[in-house]
Amino acid sequence: MLTLTTEIRDRIVAHAKRDHPDEACGIVAGPEGSDRPERLVEMVNAAGSPTFYEFDSTELLALYKQMWSNDEEPVVVYHSHTATEAYPSRTDIGLASEPGAHYVLVSTREHGNSEGPVEFRSYRIIDGEVTEEEVTLVERY
Amino acid sequence: MSIDVRIPTILRTYTGGAKEVQGSGGTLADLIDDLEANHPGLKDRLVEAKNGSDDLRRFVNLYVNDEDVRFTGGLGTELSDGDQVVVLPAVAGG
Repeated sequence: MLTLTTEIRDRIVAHAKRDHPDEACGIVAGPEGSDRPERLVEMVNAAGSPTFYEFDSTELLALYKQMWSNDEEPVVVYHSHTATEAYPSRTDIGLASEPGAHYVLVSTREHGNSEGPVEFRSYRIIDGEVTEEEVTLVERY
Repeated sequence: MSIDVRIPTILRTYTGGAKEVQGSGGTLADLIDDLEANHPGLKDRLVEAKNGSDDLRRFVNLYVNDEDVRFTGGLGTELSDGDQVVVLPAVAGG
């Protein structure tokens, strides 16, 4: 189960809507071992694409170095799908490299950049195996 | 000669859980061969054969002293004692 604050959920959704029709991506870091997503970091989609996302390699290193010095880990890795459902694609599954993370997918296919509800779903992806999990929203941890 | 290599979570199955290991080598290719000798299976996760010769895998990033090795000569990147190497899988998908 993923537990996260409404505020962080809303910020992920806002990011996805803003970057539509390209895929948006980022992480939410939290204290190591806490499973608590606290610090949202929007990343640039270096692929700048409606069908692919990739963190820029230099920014990726800077992000991880910052997490290591804060004793943080990526609790959530998120990205959007802009024309398909919020379910991991074959590429997402093949490239998933954080076995401890919650993989959050947002689909903006219905409302694009406009107001309106989005699909917001979370998964574990371990060794090519996808398991959907419940998302519980809280006001604070 | 000793070079520190930071290992990402997903590859720690090859290092007995260690976050950091030491290796040696005059180039990145030599270092990876040295790591493979102590941590069998690791090399295959970093390197693949392309057109008959070894190349870095597309979705693995290696950095020497914070420089992405794709900009410093790839597997031929020269190393010196005390260099810091970081391995990070790409965060990417479709």
